[in-house]
Amino acid sequence: MIEVRNIQKSFGDKTVIHNVSAVMKAGQCNLIIGTSGSGKTVLMKCMVGLFDPDHGEVLYSGQNFTEMSPEAKTEIRKEIGMLFQGSALFDSQTVEQNVMFPLDMFTKWPHSKKLERVNEVLARVNIVDANKKYPAELSGGMKKRVALARAIVLNPKYLFCDEPNSGLDPQTSLVIDKLIQEITKEFNITTVVNTHDMNSVMEIGNYILYMYQGHKEWEGNNREIIFSKNQRLNEFIFASEFLKDAKEMRMLEETGRIPNHRNLDDTQK
Amino acid sequence: MTIFSDIGRYLLMIKGMFSRPENGRMYWKEFMHQCTEIGIGALGIVAIISVFIGAVSTLQTAYQLISPLIPLSTIAQIVRDTVILEFAPTLTCIVLAGVIGSKIASELGNMRVSEQIDALEIMGINTKAYLVLPKILAGLLMIPFLVIIAMALGIWGGRVAAISANIISGNIYDKGLHEGFKAYNVFFALAKGYTFAFIISSIPAFYGYYVKGGALEIGRSSTKAVVVSCILILFSDYILSALLL
Ligand SMILES: Nc1ncnc2c1ncn2[C@@H]1O[C@H](COP(=O)(O)OP(=O)(O)O)[C@@H](O)[C@H]1O
Ligand SMILES: [Mg+2]
Repeated sequence: MIEVRNIQKSFGDKTVIHNVSAVMKAGQCNLIIGTSGSGKTVLMKCMVGLFDPDHGEVLYSGQNFTEMSPEAKTEIRKEIGMLFQGSALFDSQTVEQNVMFPLDMFTKWPHSKKLERVNEVLARVNIVDANKKYPAELSGGMKKRVALARAIVLNPKYLFCDEPNSGLDPQTSLVIDKLIQEITKEFNITTVVNTHDMNSVMEIGNYILYMYQGHKEWEGNNREIIFSKNQRLNEFIFASEFLKDAKEMRMLEETGRIPNHRNLDDTQK
Repeated sequence: MTIFSDIGRYLLMIKGMFSRPENGRMYWKEFMHQCTEIGIGALGIVAIISVFIGAVSTLQTAYQLISPLIPLSTIAQIVRDTVILEFAPTLTCIVLAGVIGSKIASELGNMRVSEQIDALEIMGINTKAYLVLPKILAGLLMIPFLVIIAMALGIWGGRVAAISANIISGNIYDKGLHEGFKAYNVFFALAKGYTFAFIISSIPAFYGYYVKGGALEIGRSSTKAVVVSCILILFSDYILSALLL
């Protein structure tokens, strides 16, 4: 479990994160959603300590991470896996070397055992026969999956994914979402995902934190989000007519009726 | 003033490099990798430059020494001393600042911009120690070594020029090389070599490590790294000459 308490972060005199708090539970996907520039990445980087928040704290399983000594932080970080927006694969290393890197660094295993583990996680993310390829030879979706393999190779307790499906086609996005969700459940990981992909929100959002211009505007789960009356949230999530229809279908399924149907609103006017 | 905050951050980077390695073997591997990158990578250009510098020194010294009172072997002495004192350490290092410096700055800059440095940090690795320290240590090992090679090749290049331009014979050149040789000069050259090596590896590492932005900024910062390194080399060359000669 990760607890975020009153995090505030500014760059120069521009405050980017305003007093955000959240509780993110283990074994579920915790989403941070919001438009580009709303502060999702900065919040995530504050959580993992790549940025120091101006004030506020982050607790990992009850331990105050923000106030830890660098050595203690390193210990927590060994339990963190992170998938970066641009994949962040080491471009001088092959797929196999990339995924093996954390094992090389932090285990004393013999090579054969490391290789076995690497192939295991690569198979888990559906990457086969690409061990000797370099990142430059991979497609965007493959890079993301290799980066995910590297993030989970040491069996992390906490997994952070910054826009895991930006720049991917809907089908590949869905595959990645499903993977993240399965891994989260399977190993009881506390997973935090930044996204503005509506499919992800509806499919995997066990906990959703909606950021609006650096503020926490709304929180809930993917059932509650359908019924939310928050106007900014609704404008953001159900932006297109198609999504509005999808929302109403969901409402119909859940409750058997559609409150305030748009067409009715129109006739009332 | 950005210059003071830059100096502060530079010193903090240097301080931050010293921590217990997470895994000694991986650090050793990275160090060896950097040694080959720096040493082997720059050997060719150093060889070419030093041979020609030696040759040109011989021709120009002969051109200026026209007095019949001065023995011809003096040419070899002058070539030897200028190559050892100035050309081999300073000129080689100015060139290396371009070759090695831009490589270090752009490599680290690319890793910063594409979040590879963040990825390492998240794994719990001290990136200053893992990425910067091996580069500086490899520079300190390999660059003075390149300077020594440059000395030998410069003096040899001078000899080749002396013979082929019919200025003096190989025997007289060799005799001149032994006249008035001071081992202190070699020590001085190496002192310069170590100082410049530290500049060439640490300054570009600083500019690359703290890059902000995208591909354009990587280019800018590596240019800046080379310019600043060159200026610092010339400045410290002056200081060392004033102090040690
Ligand atoms: N290193 C930085 N320095 C200054 N401003 C930053 C930095 N990183 C992000 N910002 C600003 O913070 C705001 C939120 O950015 P970000 O968290 O990246 O948004 P997103 O929700 O798209 O991930 C943006 O206005 C951005 O310009
Ligand atoms: Mg972002």
